[in-house]
Amino acid sequence: MRKTFTILSVITAVLLAYALYQALVVAPTDAQQGEVYRIIYYHVPSAWTAFLLFFINFIASIQYLVSRKPSTQAAAKWVVLAIGVAGVVACFLPAVQRLIPAGMRPSAVATTVLLIPIFYFVIGWLFPGDRLDVLAVTTAEVGVVFCTIVLITGPIWARPVWGIWWAPGDIRLTSTLVLWLIYVSYLVLRRFSNSAQTQMLAAALAVFGALDVPLVYFSIWFFRTQHPQPVIGGGGSMDPRMLRTLLDSWIAFLFFAFLVCWSRFRLELLHREVEEAHAMESLAGEGVAAKASLPLNRSPR
Amino acid sequence: MTGPIESPTNSLWAVTLATLVKDIRLEWRSKDALNSMLFFSLLVVVIFSFSFDPLAEESRHIVGGLIWVAFLFAAVVALNQTWARELRNQVLDAYRVSPAPANALFLAKALGNFIFVSVLEALMTPLFVIFYNLRVLGPAWQLIPVAVLGTWALVVNGTFFAAMSVRTRSRELMLPLLLFPISIPAVLGMVAATTSILTGEESAHFWIVLLLTYDVVFTTACLALFGMILHAE
Repeated sequence: MRKTFTILSVITAVLLAYALYQALVVAPTDAQQGEVYRIIYYHVPSAWTAFLLFFINFIASIQYLVSRKPSTQAAAKWVVLAIGVAGVVACFLPAVQRLIPAGMRPSAVATTVLLIPIFYFVIGWLFPGDRLDVLAVTTAEVGVVFCTIVLITGPIWARPVWGIWWAPGDIRLTSTLVLWLIYVSYLVLRRFSNSAQTQMLAAALAVFGALDVPLVYFSIWFFRTQHPQPVIGGGGSMDPRMLRTLLDSWIAFLFFAFLVCWSRFRLELLHREVEEAHAMESLAGEGVAAKASLPLNRSPR
Repeated sequence: MTGPIESPTNSLWAVTLATLVKDIRLEWRSKDALNSMLFFSLLVVVIFSFSFDPLAEESRHIVGGLIWVAFLFAAVVALNQTWARELRNQVLDAYRVSPAPANALFLAKALGNFIFVSVLEALMTPLFVIFYNLRVLGPAWQLIPVAVLGTWALVVNGTFFAAMSVRTRSRELMLPLLLFPISIPAVLGMVAATTSILTGEESAHFWIVLLLTYDVVFTTACLALFGMILHAE
């Protein structure tokens, strides 16, 4: 395990260096924005990584909540499957296709919908029982870090390009900020809660946060249509070299995020093991303490 | 405590009604929550009116924000007391082991808070009208659905998060930290709806639909998850 971690660290460092080189040297300069646009190679991959981590957190929290009762767990499986099938079918109905914003292909939306059941089952299979909660902590913490990077690099870019640090009516800025606020409150709850109930409370809050996100998005979307806002280059055409660099950066960031999550995950597992051992020790005295030894005292396997 | 045994303690509505009546009676006798909310929002009105020095024309644009911020902060005062009352004498633990449905308790608490906050709004709105010289330019009747839906949006999540924060170390502090981020779309909806009705410049329909959606989504979520929160150990 230690060996894999070292190898993965080296690969991540190489990938990050390569992505930085691509972003600063290889990628062409933007025709309108000049050199300052290069910050998107850190900004956008961080955003995608943060959203992915929050999504995993949501799935893990749902799994944790339903796994308390076998009956809800069985029902949830079918509900998730139904959501996947219905979502994919709906994307190809003409009535629904009209609702999809221009520039998004229905097949892309269908693939995104299909990710919900895939993530659900893969996460449930890889992380049984209380490990779901450990995964939720990990992804929330690392996700908040990446989201913070997004919120810092965004204004740095906006100041020279838009002429303002912050656009209160902008849909992406504001919904990312609200997402960040929700997950910070999630972490605060975990910090302030008693250990026995934390997991359930946190999972419930994560579900509330996920339900909130579409509402935030729609409310700001409508708010924006009433208020003037800075013009954002309307997606569409991007130099293929730029897109390639962006994807390279994202892969590097994903490796990095995985690495951080992995070490945080192991740390949290150890932390819980220590707590459990302490609890056993104080409960049953010396006899049991010998059996439930502290993991840090163990010789490395 | 020793009620007649034949009473239908398991029926959702019977328990809801009994708890609601108990809460209202307690509040009627003590008036703790209502008095502190009233005084608090009165202070907010007075302080805001000093800080902004409103003219009638401008005030129409800002008062929607002020009034809902005042109610939001005041509601937190009432919400924090919701469950603290049940912690004394281990009432909540007794409820946990009783066969009564958990959602009945939640509904009663949410309805109770809804009534308290509605009373507060009914008393405070005239004061806002006086302090800011308001005259509604849009369809005034739409303020009623906005008020009802907005209050329920605050109260339903507030009751739920109060039940969560009562389990944490710094109870009073936790509730706004949990409630405000989740409430952002609702607050945006209430403020924007009230402003557009007061100014009469835009239609408030979208915001009313948004508030309705918010209410439906989060009432469902609260009812689905409250049992787990109550029994979480």
